[in-house]
Amino acid sequence: MRRDSDLGGLADPGRFSEPLEIAGNDAGTLLEYLRSMQLIRCAEELIGEMVTEGVAKTPCHLGIGQEAVAVGVASGLNATDRVFGNHRSHSQFLALGGDVYSLIAEVLGKADGASNGMGGSMHLYGASVGFQGSVPLVGATIPIAVGAALAAKMGGGQEVAVAFFGDGACEEGVFHESLNLASVYELPILFVVENNLFSSHLDIQLRQPSDSVARFAEAHRIQSRIVDGNDVVRVSAAAGELISRARAGGGPGFLEAVTYRLRGHVGPNEDIDVGVHRKMQDVNAWKQRCPIKRLHAAMAGAGLITPDEFDEQSRGVMSEVRSAVDRARAAPYPDKSTLLDLVYSTRARA
Amino acid sequence: MSAGDPVNYGEAIREGFVYLLETYPEVFCIGQGLWSPWYVGNTMTDLDQLFGRDRIIDTPVSELACTGAAIGASLFGYRPIVVHPRMDFMVLAADQIINQAAKWSHMLGGQASPAVTIRSIINRGGEQGAQHSQALHSWFAHIPGLRVVMPTTVQDARDLLISSVLCDDPVMYIDDRWLYERTAVLPAVTERPLEDEGPKILRHGQDITVVGVGHSTWLSEQAAQHLEEEQISVEVIDVRVLNPFRSDIICESVKRTGKLCVIDGGWRTAGMGGEIIAAVVENIESGVLKASPVRVTLPDAPVPTSKALEDGYYPSVNDVIDAAKKLVRHG
Ligand SMILES: Cc1ncc(C[n+]2csc(CCOP(=O)(O)OP(=O)(O)O)c2C)c(N)n1
Ligand SMILES: [Mg+2]
Repeated sequence: MRRDSDLGGLADPGRFSEPLEIAGNDAGTLLEYLRSMQLIRCAEELIGEMVTEGVAKTPCHLGIGQEAVAVGVASGLNATDRVFGNHRSHSQFLALGGDVYSLIAEVLGKADGASNGMGGSMHLYGASVGFQGSVPLVGATIPIAVGAALAAKMGGGQEVAVAFFGDGACEEGVFHESLNLASVYELPILFVVENNLFSSHLDIQLRQPSDSVARFAEAHRIQSRIVDGNDVVRVSAAAGELISRARAGGGPGFLEAVTYRLRGHVGPNEDIDVGVHRKMQDVNAWKQRCPIKRLHAAMAGAGLITPDEFDEQSRGVMSEVRSAVDRARAAPYPDKSTLLDLVYSTRARA
Repeated sequence: MSAGDPVNYGEAIREGFVYLLETYPEVFCIGQGLWSPWYVGNTMTDLDQLFGRDRIIDTPVSELACTGAAIGASLFGYRPIVVHPRMDFMVLAADQIINQAAKWSHMLGGQASPAVTIRSIINRGGEQGAQHSQALHSWFAHIPGLRVVMPTTVQDARDLLISSVLCDDPVMYIDDRWLYERTAVLPAVTERPLEDEGPKILRHGQDITVVGVGHSTWLSEQAAQHLEEEQISVEVIDVRVLNPFRSDIICESVKRTGKLCVIDGGWRTAGMGGEIIAAVVENIESGVLKASPVRVTLPDAPVPTSKALEDGYYPSVNDVIDAAKKLVRHG
């Protein structure tokens, strides 16, 4: 275990590599989690290949290894909820049911993309599945999600807002202001921190006095849970509880999901970002905590999926993503007129 | 590397840092990515190893507090350099820069002045999009009390950094990644007060005055070279110091050439390009201009990501050539 870790075993690369505890969970749901995580993994791996190939030029921040957070949280949401992301949001977009073709087309800057080709990997939009936008300025969507929750409360509806962000975002002032607002106005929002222990090259231990960010929730009297972010079952249970509470008028929730990115900060390389403290040995240890592998092992052990069924599912996912890539590569770019036509809403509507 | 070898723009910035850190114990650097070789290109490589991590401080993701902290330390004998590896991220520090540092001296009766340097980097292209590609120099040049400098040449990359840090006022020093590969052989450092620095003629010519800021000046220099082959003689002026802005050298040049073309990598509306033209028009006799001045800028739209739209978004050497030719031949 790392010294001075408030997260204890959760931040220990050598722990939690055994199959997940799945007893009591419905087989169909588990299969859906597995498929969703496989789809995200596969899409990001192919996006990574396109970056290597030079076909995808826009900066791509891959969440390979962190899939369980988005899938677990999404399991408690519906399409009218209001989800916001950050620079590393492919997983959230797909977990909510966003179309893989529109994601890949967006990454390639094509007109069919999720943001009509105007945003690339770092600016995604999928309102039909509840994904209300992701942007790469760290912390930027946290107060916007608070506003979405304020609107939900004012409107008297049942919608919940969700802000996905990283441990680094907790260092921005606006994070703290947002938690305070959400708490004092008792807003229906879930703050989800994907605590992958790093902000680009810097270990959280060089940036904060504690490696656990749930302490900020406590300071603002917000209900919080800290979970193994590579355990989709636990993420789903904790998020589900906080979401239900928020939906019922019980105020905001805060989920700290401890995880690790298996690739570099940006791009597909398995490097360590010339990280201060990040070691290849840790990356390799975290591979044993792979959220997909652990769920699959548990399901196989419980007889919920046979090797043949698993292979078939994997092949299905792969062919779905491959055909999305082929289509996206052949798709047209946005028309030049969009540069000026989309600056103001009136022109877009005209 | 020995004296007399050419250095590139990025290395020249680093030489400025090394000179300051070696000569002045009160100088320190604070900002994101200062222990990482890829955040700030080759401009600060290994400074943490050379000068220690107490003086080269890599920070949490807290632009506002880090900028404020540098301002605070500057009030107590230090000369901090805050580094924002991308100008877009610096927007989060706007309150400390605009409301605090720029006004501190004036609103407190001239009795205290934050000698802080705020370095930010323009980092465009590569399909990075709306929040990772901005050039907001005009916006900051609007603020009285905040000196704003943009080096174009390799020597200025080093020397304007030194002048900025030695200045007792808050200074924003803006460099541009698209200039990092320029090379030159540099003379030894001579310290020069920033107050004495202003626009400079980089190339003499008779037919037209082309004025640039930062990277745009380099485009103008390259365009001037091409235009010489077409018998068009271009005078290129680099603004260097955007605020406080002095127009005298530009006005003198326009009096000789009668034609003015301004190149600016920022947006058109309310931008530095318009400011330069306005200053010239105000300060020369009517009738001196033989044609209406022209500005080449970004279109008034956020930076698109898609390659199809990004190509053509930024002013190019050809855009400068076309604008200058049109002005000289038909203006
Ligand atoms: C306001 C702002 N400051 C700095 C950056 C540069 N930056 C991009 S991603 C990132 C790391 C953020 O870390 P974290 O929030 O933990 O997310 P992770 O990358 O680990 O998913 C940084 C510092 C930025 N995009 N925006
Ligand atoms: Mg992180």
